[in-house]
Amino acid sequence: MSQAAPAPEADERVKEMSSLRQALIRPELGGICGTVLVFTFFALTAFDSGMFNAQGVLNWSVVSAQFMIIAVGACLLMIAGEFDLSVGSMIGFAGMMIAIFSVTLGWPVWFSILLTFVICTAIGALNGFIVIRTGLPSFIVTLAFLFILRGFTIYFPQTLERKTIIGGIKDAAEGDWLAPIFGGKIGQGLFQWLGDNGIIGVFERGTRAGQPVVDGIPMLIVWAIGLVIVGHIILTRTRFGNWIFAAGGDAESARNSGVPVNRVKILMFMFTAFCATVFATCQVMEFGSAGADRGLLKEFEAIIAVVIGGALLTGGYGSVIGAALGALIFGVVQQGLFFAGVESSLFRVFLGVILLFAVILNTYIRRMITGER
Amino acid sequence: MSEPIIRMVNIEKHFGSVIALAGVTVEVRAGECHCLLGDNGAGKSTFIKTMSGVHKPTSGEIYFDGQPMNFEDPRDAITAGIATVHQHLAMIPLMSVARNFFMGNEPTKKILGMSFFDREKADQVTMEEMRKMGINLRGPDQAVGTLSGGERQTVAIARAVHFGAKVLILDEPTSALGVRQTSNVLATIDRVRKQGIGVVFITHNVRHAMAVGDRFTVLNRGKTLGTAMRGEISPEELQDMMAGGQEMATLEGSLGGTV
Repeated sequence: MSQAAPAPEADERVKEMSSLRQALIRPELGGICGTVLVFTFFALTAFDSGMFNAQGVLNWSVVSAQFMIIAVGACLLMIAGEFDLSVGSMIGFAGMMIAIFSVTLGWPVWFSILLTFVICTAIGALNGFIVIRTGLPSFIVTLAFLFILRGFTIYFPQTLERKTIIGGIKDAAEGDWLAPIFGGKIGQGLFQWLGDNGIIGVFERGTRAGQPVVDGIPMLIVWAIGLVIVGHIILTRTRFGNWIFAAGGDAESARNSGVPVNRVKILMFMFTAFCATVFATCQVMEFGSAGADRGLLKEFEAIIAVVIGGALLTGGYGSVIGAALGALIFGVVQQGLFFAGVESSLFRVFLGVILLFAVILNTYIRRMITGER
Repeated sequence: MSEPIIRMVNIEKHFGSVIALAGVTVEVRAGECHCLLGDNGAGKSTFIKTMSGVHKPTSGEIYFDGQPMNFEDPRDAITAGIATVHQHLAMIPLMSVARNFFMGNEPTKKILGMSFFDREKADQVTMEEMRKMGINLRGPDQAVGTLSGGERQTVAIARAVHFGAKVLILDEPTSALGVRQTSNVLATIDRVRKQGIGVVFITHNVRHAMAVGDRFTVLNRGKTLGTAMRGEISPEELQDMMAGGQEMATLEGSLGGTV
């Protein structure tokens, strides 16, 4: 008992908590600090390199948005107490499915995209179902799917087209109503206006002379921001969000309190697969091709972004906003090292170091929340 | 005294060839604390699991509010108003008290046709209920992990009471607690009883039972050894009954009756 005899009229704040400590137990803290640090660093070292003009901002925003899309899924799943190591393979698989359906089989692109979403979320559900039914760690089950999906991603195009990259999706998507939702851009008018008024640069010569250097916000970024907002609201503002925390915090206790833990976990596996498919679709629409090696190692990058964002590997604690900041840090550093003229292989060194720091910080924070010593 | 809320008559429960309960009769009235005492293996756990709908009795009758009842599963019992607070408390340390309090029963409010978790209401109700139980929270967002064992026990009890329990089964709530925490939990039991809820307090600690119990039923080897009112029985007698008499007698001297 940490407090004196209970007196109903007394101030309920028995033990005052310093505002610093209060701030520390916010899961986003690491992400916020990291973001500030990273931006300060690059503002000092690479400000003149073009990193912070319109093109530069777009450059690292797109990369960050990619990380963000998969980080949101990985974050909610991790809070629900599970992992998905098959995210990277799922990205490759989903992209390949779209390419095979639309190019090889010649089906309409909108149908190919929808069918791929159905197949991939079903595989996500299967992942979850196996984990729930067998009680095996999701680490192992999804590791199996990492190989299974990657194998199919190489096998199908090899057998059907005798190659591992299928192109021609841009042509197939011409005039399609669904494709621009993943591969299009918004705000062209605004950027044209910005360009005309000299706020952002315009091309000086060539076929695009007079057009702004950035002609719109890619849908990829819109998806990323949308998923972050939806994910954050679901997690913090709905019943279901409470169930996600509960399922990851202690599945048995949650079950005893009437939380449908199995349903929550399977839905989160499906959501992770959904995010991976969004990523894949945007990528395929942007590149106009699908490659068998797409999405390699993305599962780990997603998990790292989530951990930097303050989520606990053991589940039950974390924040979508934190994960999004983790993804932002990722994107800014990966592209920033290029702008700063630093050898890009150092990015991996940075990743490892920041991951270690994040995990240590998170462990400390968890001790503070639960009061264990 | 009033009619019993729940009456369990001649309950027998067999697991294959093992007879776990061989005729147990217990009744619980509104506003009383009925202590169920018994040594390890006496059948306490089996009995409360039968009461809370986890096990179906092999034979015997259960009457709830005078009506014969047949609980198919724990949900039925919970719906009827029988809440069990297990030793494993169904609390999640990383989550806030308010989120734990409403886990599985979250209040919602509609915004633009979509239903959202009503956090203001959850926070407000939690603070109020906790204050009633004499626990001063720093705030509704304080994590359960920062509470002591006794406080967690109290939160679990408050939660059961808030969600409409008529009978509250407490499975050894004091067994892992220190002296002060125990006294707080016992005070909580007393508070709950005064609200008109029937409390079934399972323990093997006679002194804890004597502190709050109105009636005492001793279980031994799957049978009830009788029910005694408060004041009719001494702690020593209870202790002897629980242990089955003679084995304890030889120890009495060296332990000085302080077990």
